[in-house]
Amino acid sequence: MSLSASAPGPCEIQAGEMSSSRAAKSSLLALNQQGELEDLPRDYPLSTSEDEGDSGGERKHQKLLEAISSLDGKNRRKLAERSEASPKVSEFSVNSEGSGEKLVLSDLLEPVKTSSSLAAVKKQLNRVKSKKTVELPLHREEIHREVAFNKTSQVLSKWDPVAQKNWQAEQLVFPLSKQQSIFPPIEHVVSGWKARTPLEQEIFNLLHKNKQPVTDPLLTPTEKASLKAMSLEEVKMRRAELQRARALQSYYEARARREKKIKSKKYHKLLKKGKAKQALKEFEKLRKVNPAAALEELEKLEKARMMERMSLKPQNSGKWAKSKAVMAKYDLEARQAMQEQLARNKELMQKIQVASESVEEEGGAEEEGEPFVPDVVNEVQVKADRPNPWMFRNHSGDTKEAEVQGDPEELAEPAAQEAPESEEEGPVVAEEILLKEFEERRSLRQKSGLNQIAKPVGSQEAKDLSSQEVLSELRALSQKLNRESHQSRKQELSSTRTVLAVQRGEPSGEEEEPLLLQRPQRARTLDELEELGKEGCFQNKELPRAAVEGQQLERNPSNHLGVPKEKKRKEQMTDLQNLLTTKSPSMKSLAVPTTVEELEDEERDQRQTIKEAFAGDDVIRDFLKEKREAVEASKPKDVDLTLPGWGEWGGVGLKPSAKKRRRFLIKGPEGPPRKDKNLPNVILKEKQNIHAVAHQVRMLPYPFTHHQQFERTIQAPIGSTWDPQRSFQKLTMPKVVTKPGHIIKPIKAEDVGYRSSSRSDLSVVQRNPK
Amino acid sequence: METVPKLGNNVPPKKDKLQGKKKKPRRYWEEETTQTAAGASPGPPRKRKRNRELRPQKPKNTHSTKKSRISKKPQVPKKPRERRSPGPQRSLSGAQDPFTGPAPVPVEVVQKFCRIDKSKKLPRSETKIRSRLEAAEAQEEEISVKAARSELLLAEEPGFLEGEDGEDTAKICQADIVEAVDIASAAKHFDLNLRQFGPYRLNYSRTGRHLAFGGRRGHVAALDWVTKKLMCEINVMEAVRDIRFLHSEALLAVAQNRWLHIYDNQGIELHCIRRCDRITQLEFLPFHFLLATASETGFLTYLDVSVGKIVAALNARAGRLNIMTQNPYNAVIHLGHSNGTVSLWSPAMKEPLAKILCHRGGVRAVAVDSTGTHMATSGLDHQLKIFDLRGTFQPLSARTLPQGAGHLAFSQRGLLAAGMGDVVNIWAGQGKASPPSLEQPYLTHRLSGHVHGLQFCPFEDVLGVGHSGGITSMLVPGAAEPNFDGLESNPYRSRKQRQEWEVKALLEKVPAELICLDPRALAEVDVISLEQEEKERLERLVRSRPPRARAFLTPTSCPHHVLRSAVPCLGSLFQVSLLSPPSGLRSRHQASLPAKAKAEGPQLYSKSGEEEEEGHG
Repeated sequence: MSLSASAPGPCEIQAGEMSSSRAAKSSLLALNQQGELEDLPRDYPLSTSEDEGDSGGERKHQKLLEAISSLDGKNRRKLAERSEASPKVSEFSVNSEGSGEKLVLSDLLEPVKTSSSLAAVKKQLNRVKSKKTVELPLHREEIHREVAFNKTSQVLSKWDPVAQKNWQAEQLVFPLSKQQSIFPPIEHVVSGWKARTPLEQEIFNLLHKNKQPVTDPLLTPTEKASLKAMSLEEVKMRRAELQRARALQSYYEARARREKKIKSKKYHKLLKKGKAKQALKEFEKLRKVNPAAALEELEKLEKARMMERMSLKPQNSGKWAKSKAVMAKYDLEARQAMQEQLARNKELMQKIQVASESVEEEGGAEEEGEPFVPDVVNEVQVKADRPNPWMFRNHSGDTKEAEVQGDPEELAEPAAQEAPESEEEGPVVAEEILLKEFEERRSLRQKSGLNQIAKPVGSQEAKDLSSQEVLSELRALSQKLNRESHQSRKQELSSTRTVLAVQRGEPSGEEEEPLLLQRPQRARTLDELEELGKEGCFQNKELPRAAVEGQQLERNPSNHLGVPKEKKRKEQMTDLQNLLTTKSPSMKSLAVPTTVEELEDEERDQRQTIKEAFAGDDVIRDFLKEKREAVEASKPKDVDLTLPGWGEWGGVGLKPSAKKRRRFLIKGPEGPPRKDKNLPNVILKEKQNIHAVAHQVRMLPYPFTHHQQFERTIQAPIGSTWDPQRSFQKLTMPKVVTKPGHIIKPIKAEDVGYRSSSRSDLSVVQRNPK
Repeated sequence: METVPKLGNNVPPKKDKLQGKKKKPRRYWEEETTQTAAGASPGPPRKRKRNRELRPQKPKNTHSTKKSRISKKPQVPKKPRERRSPGPQRSLSGAQDPFTGPAPVPVEVVQKFCRIDKSKKLPRSETKIRSRLEAAEAQEEEISVKAARSELLLAEEPGFLEGEDGEDTAKICQADIVEAVDIASAAKHFDLNLRQFGPYRLNYSRTGRHLAFGGRRGHVAALDWVTKKLMCEINVMEAVRDIRFLHSEALLAVAQNRWLHIYDNQGIELHCIRRCDRITQLEFLPFHFLLATASETGFLTYLDVSVGKIVAALNARAGRLNIMTQNPYNAVIHLGHSNGTVSLWSPAMKEPLAKILCHRGGVRAVAVDSTGTHMATSGLDHQLKIFDLRGTFQPLSARTLPQGAGHLAFSQRGLLAAGMGDVVNIWAGQGKASPPSLEQPYLTHRLSGHVHGLQFCPFEDVLGVGHSGGITSMLVPGAAEPNFDGLESNPYRSRKQRQEWEVKALLEKVPAELICLDPRALAEVDVISLEQEEKERLERLVRSRPPRARAFLTPTSCPHHVLRSAVPCLGSLFQVSLLSPPSGLRSRHQASLPAKAKAEGPQLYSKSGEEEEEGHG
């Protein structure tokens, strides 16, 4: 590659390797060209006259000869000498016009290769370079100048704080006036005050005689200082203490740093093991000494496990695990290590249930022992033995129920009503406990069926402990419960949710109708109904989410949606459906009886048909379609630059080949992800509101480099509607205030509080008023 | 550690103790006598000196208090008081102000006024920028502290009905409440028996003082409902679909069967706007002076009532529009559609800002609370849902009602009223910004007819219900904001005050095009055009530079401070650029190549032609 620098025009770049001879030839060529170009006045300004051109021609000839002679010999380098001023001297390009020789890159590079003789020169050069030149002695005048400068800057530096203060001041008022001293505090006035009248003098005399404080009854500041002052020993001790603490801290820090740096895995493993052992030992000890604390500790462990579980990486996709997996085939040790890791993982993932179960059983036993224990006790226990209610979904339902059942007790009701209700409460609790035991073994799907099995057991238990009357009540209640749960299941299965409400509304309405006239009585029925509703609901709630979802999945094909579609779309559909249907849980479908209208049968039927007409999936499907269209529309379009007929046959019926199309298709840029990407039920407009954007700031002011920084400074609104009046005024006050009709004089030393002691100060100030 | 010397009884014994330990402290009146003797010894400084020392301390002290104006922990009483100057401000009597310094301000209240969003992390910034940011934050804190202090002026406090020992408040009927409250409040519960002119729509003015209602069969009336003074009563001899006060109680918009009419408070028809026809719903945006109308023909029309111009007429493309409400926080209009969606509209955009699928059946009613965070919808599927409007638009809670709610309304403090048939249910939440919990109704009331219009009265604990039997004004304790802004909406304002307010409000009118989902977005930088401009600036700079320098000015993403540093050192980089052709040049050539190749064919550019042949072959 060579870089011709002969012409002042744009660089001419020639690719490819060039031997020396070729280089010479090219230079020759260039010369020839130059000769030709000579005639054209393009390269030179018009002022260059003919005779110059002539002499140039001669020189050219000379050069040509030289070039020819240099063809055969080893490329001898000529020293480029600029004999005359070339018309264009630029700092950006080297002009070798004078020598008329092309500068070849290989020439520049060659000395780097070999030639030991040059090395010596280099060394010399380096030596010369390393030597420092002695500075020239300053002239007299310069010395004066420097001294004067130093002096002046020193004098002027006095003004730095003043200038700084003025820069930073929120407001400057011109002309600068001395700060008017505000009324001096009364103490100061009093201290300067003297007793004048005879009465005053007498009083003061008295006071002085009795050594009473006149103005200030407490200690004077000097006294206080003396009280506060530490003794020398104290100070020393304190200092030593501080020193010691500092030293200890630094040691500790150094140690921690050192330990942190240790990369050995073995060391860390050992460390961890040691720690675990220690912890275990301590725990054992604690268990013996203080079982309650041990339990707490256990809970902590459990929490740690949960955290670990939450943060656990997939077990065999780590770097280490992968490497071990490769090795495991051949290496026994690696295999063991892997197994160990898996085991550890499993161990971590396992729930610790033994303890809580046992506690629960105890609680159950207690319950069986005395069934009429108030619910509150029960509740507390249940709450206490579970660290995380979310982990035990089914149980938490029970606790909730207990709570809710506790609620009506708390509610202020007529005592006559309360008594039978509380009697009801006991057996229900017992039954629930039994149910709980069953639940542990059976799936929750069968629960409603189980209810019936549990009933006789529960009633037996109850019989042992309570009267016959209670039993009959219990029976009625369990029947009710069954009916409720049955209904609720039906409700789950039917796609329309509110049928139940209407169904349930029917009997309640019947109950209610005559009672509507009398208020208190109705209220009572209202309560009962609510309770019933709640019981029904919580039965529903006990179904874990998975089961509900399973039902959902089962239900889906039965819906109108049965047409096979893309999987993804279906997912989205189910998503939306979940959102629209399951998220409005039936537990909240509690009907407030007052609102239940008296519905005629036909009216209800009509309503149902309307509901069915509307409750299709069409809404969802339409919405999804619309969303898809919106997404498509907002995507940047691809640009097709294919020209049919280029490089291949074209014509009617012939399409450019797929390959070509692929090649010339410019894909639109991938925009940022849509805002509604994860919101299945929302279509958000991506387009900007250009009218509003016109009001936004579009330039960053000076010190800011990122728009977020600037945004933060303008986030707080300024206006009398947002800010208190005072702060608004303060925020909007002008930076500089001038009094009209006043002369603004330059700042003086006295104004700022400096004493103009020396004349030089003043003179400087006066000379440089700014 | 400086401590404030304690007052009163504690002091003397302490003093004695100390005296016992150490040498006797000298009294200041002894100073004169011992001064000469103690000349050389490091005795206590003179009084004058002390005074001088104290002075520079003052600003320091104020500074420290300024920094810790709000305590971080809400419970702990504030410390700065103790840290203040150690009591030079003692009075003659020796008594000391036990509460020196400014009164402490509760953190929660201050937090309420803080508007800088500190959740976003900023990129690392230089000291200069950081100091600016700190200054801005300090300023904001100062302002919010001041604002929090002025909370003291809000004398009234909200209250709720609370049942005795868990008594269900829903069972308390209006008669009970009326019996319990004072006469003035009891007078706010009333029924207007107007069976003749069909179901009524109603609207309270923004001050909450005036009530306008229109019956389906043409009865229109406006009254000062507190004093029950009738302003006007007319029959427009046409079906009235909706009625609404404009910015003040002096103007009244009535959506009649055919067109939109505007009346004044005397009942005189001022305008008949024929461009808005077959209106079903009206909504007035008070800060923009816009009257939004939804029509049977499917158009959402914005009428600027201050200039009488139609700002925008948007086709919703969703059939008949008969459910409309406004978001008071950002003035976005919410429309409910028969396909279960709710669409959000702004006059600046031809298409909805957002569309939310809320119900499986059609939407029957929509309401948005005053903070703009929650939207309640009810649909034909008999569900009542509450949506979060802060970006996610997801339902927070849902509930199936036996009959479904036909009308919904939010009160100023976030109570939700739903009209179902002839029953009104009201749900309450925990606080102001929390959504109403749908578990238990707060109040229920049965009316003499089916509900047709619902609105909570601003600044009064009153819910107005228009139904087929007339108008009912219910008492709902805790519904409204107890304190009103006298300059903004003053229920007791005189005519002059109203006129003055009108002028001010007109001066502060917000342009219609500024309505967008996030009103805070105006305080953001327009990033797109910022980047665009930056790019253009760089390109201009590149073009003005000599060609070799362009290598360093590739307009990719170098911020301008990098550029500034790059420009002076061009000279030093010059030699490097001499050896290799500048990359900027190369890239420019390549960029321009395809266009030329297309124009002149592949023959002219042999190299690129080869490449193309490769591609083709």
